[in-house]
Amino acid sequence: MRGGGLWQLGQSITRNLTHADKKTIVRRCFASEADLKKTVLYDFHVSHGGKMVPFAGWSMPIQYKDSIMDSTINCRENGSLFDVSHMCGLSLKGKDSIPFLEKLVIADVAGLAPGTGTLTVFTNEKGGSIDDSVVTKVTNDHIYLVVNAGCRDKDLAHIEEHMKAFTSKGGDVSWHIHDDRSLLALQGPLAAPVLQHLTKEDLSKVYFSDFKVIDINGSTCYLTRTGYTGEDGFEISVPSEHAVDLAKAILDKSENKVRLTGLGARDSLRLEAGLCLYGNDMEQHISPVEAGLTWAIGKRRRAEGGFLGAEVILKQIEEGPSIRRVGFISSGPPARSHSEIQDEKGQNIGEITSGGFSPCLKKNIAMGYVKSGLHKAGTKVKIVIRGKSYDGSVTKMPFVPTKYYKPS
Amino acid sequence: MSEIPGDLKFNKSHEWARVEDGGLVRVGISDHAQSQLGDLVYVELPEIGSSVQAGNAAAVVESVKAASDIYSPVSGEVVEVNETLNDKPETINEDAFGEGWIFAVRISNRAELDDLLDASAYEELVENEDH
Repeated sequence: MRGGGLWQLGQSITRNLTHADKKTIVRRCFASEADLKKTVLYDFHVSHGGKMVPFAGWSMPIQYKDSIMDSTINCRENGSLFDVSHMCGLSLKGKDSIPFLEKLVIADVAGLAPGTGTLTVFTNEKGGSIDDSVVTKVTNDHIYLVVNAGCRDKDLAHIEEHMKAFTSKGGDVSWHIHDDRSLLALQGPLAAPVLQHLTKEDLSKVYFSDFKVIDINGSTCYLTRTGYTGEDGFEISVPSEHAVDLAKAILDKSENKVRLTGLGARDSLRLEAGLCLYGNDMEQHISPVEAGLTWAIGKRRRAEGGFLGAEVILKQIEEGPSIRRVGFISSGPPARSHSEIQDEKGQNIGEITSGGFSPCLKKNIAMGYVKSGLHKAGTKVKIVIRGKSYDGSVTKMPFVPTKYYKPS
Repeated sequence: MSEIPGDLKFNKSHEWARVEDGGLVRVGISDHAQSQLGDLVYVELPEIGSSVQAGNAAAVVESVKAASDIYSPVSGEVVEVNETLNDKPETINEDAFGEGWIFAVRISNRAELDDLLDASAYEELVENEDH
C-alpha cells in the first residue's frame, strides 16, 4: 500500500555489504545520495541512530538502533513512531471534487460520512492499479488524500491531466499539495493513550478511518485514525516547522516505550497485517479485484461504474478474476518477491510478490498471486527458492490479527 | 562490536577464514557483517563433499529483510558444516567469530590464503566503510 520497493531496498543494504569491493556499485550509491530529498526530521533521525537509505528519491531511515525484529515486536507490544513525510498529502477543493475524484478511484466517496475515509485505488483504463491511497471526505467540497512517495509524480500527472479536462468543461475542482506539512504515523497499543496527552480532543470518540482537524501539541494537525501496521494508530499531518517538536513530545510522553521505527520494520508490520505494498503486490497490470480489494469498491460504484477501467473490473467481479492475491506460510528459507509458486506436481501457478520472516510469528510469511481455484486457504503449494522447492500452504490474511479501533 | 581475532584472514566481502590443522579452513562471516545484516533467520549450508571456489557463493544467510550470498575465501572440498545453524541461525549474531562458523573446507590451494586480508587490514576496511 505505501512507499516504494522496500524489498529491493533491504537488498541494497546487503548488496553493499557483500559487494563492498565492487566500486561501481558503491560509487553509484554515493552519486545518487546527494540528490536525495530530506524530510524535516532528517537530522532528528540521524541523531537517534537512524540508518539512512535511499527510498523513492528520499533519504529515509530503514532502522534505528533497535533491530528490525525488535522494532516490529515493540510496535505491537508498545508502539512505533514513523516519519512518513515522504508520502504526498493533497487536498482537492471545490464543489465538484467528489464527482471528479470518483472518475479516478473505485471508492464510494460520495457515500462516505463527512470526516471519514477509506482505502482506495486509482485505476487505469485497463482496470489496472496506478496507486493505492487513503482518501478522506473532509466535507462535500474538500477531499484529503495521501498517495505513495514512489508514485507521486505519476499520480499528480494523472490527476492533473484529468483535472484539466474536467475543469475545461466547467467542473469546479482544484488541488493543494501539502508540501508545507510533515506526516508522522503513531502506531500500536500506546498510540491513543500517548497522543491523548497532547490533545484536548477526546480520542475515544475518534474511530478507525475517522479524520479530524485538531490542535495537537500546540499546532493545527490533520489527524486520521489509520495506519499501515494492522495496529490501532494515527497518521498526523503536522505543519513542518512543528514536526520535530511533535515527534519529541510523542517519544517523551510514552516514556520512550514508543520507539522510532524505520521502513524495515514498517514493511514487516504491513506484511504481517496482509496489506499491499504498491510496486510489489499491486501494479499497473493488476486490478483491485485480483488484489483482493473488491471490498473497497462501493456498492453504488459496482452498480454505476463510472471510474477508469470499470468495464474490466465489473466484469471481473461478475465472472471472478483469473488470478488472486493470497497469503502463504512456508518452510525453508523465507520466500521473497519473484519466487515461483508451483502446485504439488511442480506446475507453475504463480509468483510471490512480497515475503519475509515474520518477527511476531517466527515463521516465513509471504503474499503472491496464484491462479483462481488454487487460492483457497489450506491449498498445498511449492515455493521455489534458489532452485530448490519448499513446502508452503495458502494461508488466510492478515497473518497477525488487526486491532483497528472500531465502535463496539 | 567484538574484537577481531588476530589469527583470522578475511575476504573484502566480510567472510573470515581460520586455518586449522591438516589443511582445514573454517569459514564464517565477520561480526561487522552480522551487525549490518541484523537478526539472521535462515542459513543455507553447502553440502558436505561439494567443492567450492574462492570468491564464489558457497552459502546463503537470510535476515528478516534480505538474502545474502556468502563467498568462500578459499577453494576446496566442504568437509564440515555447522548443523547448529539449521535450528539456531542467530548463533552467527551471538558469536560470529566462534560458534557461528558456517562451513569448513579442505583447502586445495594454500597460495589463496595470501590473497586474503589480515585482521588489521580488515579492520581498516571496516573503518573506512563506516565513513
